[in-house]
Amino acid sequence: MSESKIIKTISSIAFPFVMIYGLYVILHGHLTPGGGFQGGAIVASACVLLLAGYGSREIAKRIKEGQLSVLESIGALGFVSLALLGISTTFFYNFLAGSHSIFGRIPPFGSNPGDLNTAGLLPLMNISVGIKVIAGLFAIVMVLAFVTWKMGGRKQ
Amino acid sequence: MNKTVSACALALFAVFLVASVLMLRPFGEPEETTMDDYIIGNAQNETGANNAVTSVVFDYRGFDTLGEATVLFTAVAGVLLVLRRYAHE
Repeated sequence: MSESKIIKTISSIAFPFVMIYGLYVILHGHLTPGGGFQGGAIVASACVLLLAGYGSREIAKRIKEGQLSVLESIGALGFVSLALLGISTTFFYNFLAGSHSIFGRIPPFGSNPGDLNTAGLLPLMNISVGIKVIAGLFAIVMVLAFVTWKMGGRKQ
Repeated sequence: MNKTVSACALALFAVFLVASVLMLRPFGEPEETTMDDYIIGNAQNETGANNAVTSVVFDYRGFDTLGEATVLFTAVAGVLLVLRRYAHE
């Protein structure tokens, strides 16, 4: 199930740009609109672009959905354990915000250019949710693609 | 017997639904926007995030996000559970 050269070329060219945009949306979730869920959906759609361009057989050689499932569980466990880190105060307590460690700066009130080194736990939570959404959505699409590939192969 | 039980359960559920609709506040109330004002005024200082929406989603209402993540996890687990067998046979 190999697609035409045009689709392959265009998906190869577009893939890095979509990927960079999605990672930007995840990493800047605490500064600009977006976050883990939205950026994860963008990155997963970039992976789906490759799936559409090169076909499930090529993708199946390189990655199994079991690995993606493990990755998704890692993201979910990371999210919950980040929430548990502040359990001495409450669940989901943002203990990093305002501390003078990593991500500990407090921005000035009102409009400001933004600084990546702010917001405490929020960027870390965005990253873990992003990993989870990327792996989860791509696993769903990949399994559906495998099923249609197998079913289509059987009919012929 | 089963039908009677389910009819009773359905009637009870309908009673609760109608009662809760009748007990709703009128449209547009409550008018105070104390929660909005609090978040707009304090979100940047308390969480350090410029994006107040993210600070609500991941900090003030973190439990809601945990539920969303659980929904996605359940969806992926269900799809893999049902379809993996067909994908690899």
